[in-house]
Amino acid sequence: MDNAIATHPDVHGAAHEEDHEHVMLPQHRHHFETEQQQREAGSFGMWLFLLTEIMFFGGMFFAYLLYRNWYNPAFVAASNQLNVTEGAINTVILITSGFFMALGVWAAEMKKQKLLVIFLVLTTIFGCAFLGVKADEYHEKYEKHHIPGASFDIREFVNPPIDAKTGKPSQVPMAPDMAQKTQIFFFLYFAMTGMHAFHMIIGIVLLVWLIWRANNGDFTEGYVAPIENFGLYWHFVDIVWLFLFPLLYLINRHPLN
Amino acid sequence: MSEHDQYHDPSNVINPEHAEHHVVQPITYIIVFGTLLAGTLITVLAADVDMGVFNPIIALGIASFKAVVVILFFMHVKWQSKLIKMTVGAGFFTFLVLITMTLSDYISRSWGLW
Repeated sequence: MDNAIATHPDVHGAAHEEDHEHVMLPQHRHHFETEQQQREAGSFGMWLFLLTEIMFFGGMFFAYLLYRNWYNPAFVAASNQLNVTEGAINTVILITSGFFMALGVWAAEMKKQKLLVIFLVLTTIFGCAFLGVKADEYHEKYEKHHIPGASFDIREFVNPPIDAKTGKPSQVPMAPDMAQKTQIFFFLYFAMTGMHAFHMIIGIVLLVWLIWRANNGDFTEGYVAPIENFGLYWHFVDIVWLFLFPLLYLINRHPLN
Repeated sequence: MSEHDQYHDPSNVINPEHAEHHVVQPITYIIVFGTLLAGTLITVLAADVDMGVFNPIIALGIASFKAVVVILFFMHVKWQSKLIKMTVGAGFFTFLVLITMTLSDYISRSWGLW
């Protein structure tokens, strides 16, 4: 009788050791019975966090959807003021950064410490390049008075510059009240890309910390979870941009057809 | 084996939901990388073609395709347990439910003034 009750924790321990041979990791927390359990719980938790991020960005995407529907001419004209070349280059830069992040996870799994550090550094470099291009775009908005607020200038939406070749306005001229609504587009542009850039800045800070730890060999002895979970975050930020780029930059590229 | 053992499964290996740990190889990432670059090019080119109301639909379609590729391969969801797959799917599904319900409220408030 007392055997039946008292032995079951030991029986499990013994059975477990026979079934699965594994090395105890120093990072293994005592409240998880196995590293496998710890790892699965960790990535589950990371995904739950990312779902809250979907809802966070989702609210802004929804605001965009409604206002674009409401003030479509203003959104079309304002969108055409964005720099598509820089936006497309930034998309490529971000995809490349995500590619190196994915390779970083592979390097950690393969216990290749030097490669892991190299891939994380490349991820960081491309992340910084993205922010650099973004800063250049923001600067252009500043120069063109396209930042919503007191110094916002609607003149070129009301009286678009004349195209020298055709002798016609380069954009459809808008009534001043609709032209004012371009501010809503730029407000959403700055809110969405700004929040995206803020996520990237946080990511780059984390990357620096991960590079330092990877350089100490923390993630190439079987403990991959931090690299893996940070990778999920980084790829999520990529995905947000994959939607931001067409929605903000490519609304209507042929306004005078 | 005691009766308990069939339920006690700390490594989650008896569980039919268990997914073997899978290391994704670089060749997969290279293919995905190429796919994403091609998708970006197609999006930019498609934006210059006047397709009327289909322009945003095409653009969102390509973006969604790229997002699914990132989620499945870069984020390893293809090789994760059903629990994770359900979690990811439920998240996007809930987001779509919220959009649909809010939009139906919006559309029905001032009927015809969309």
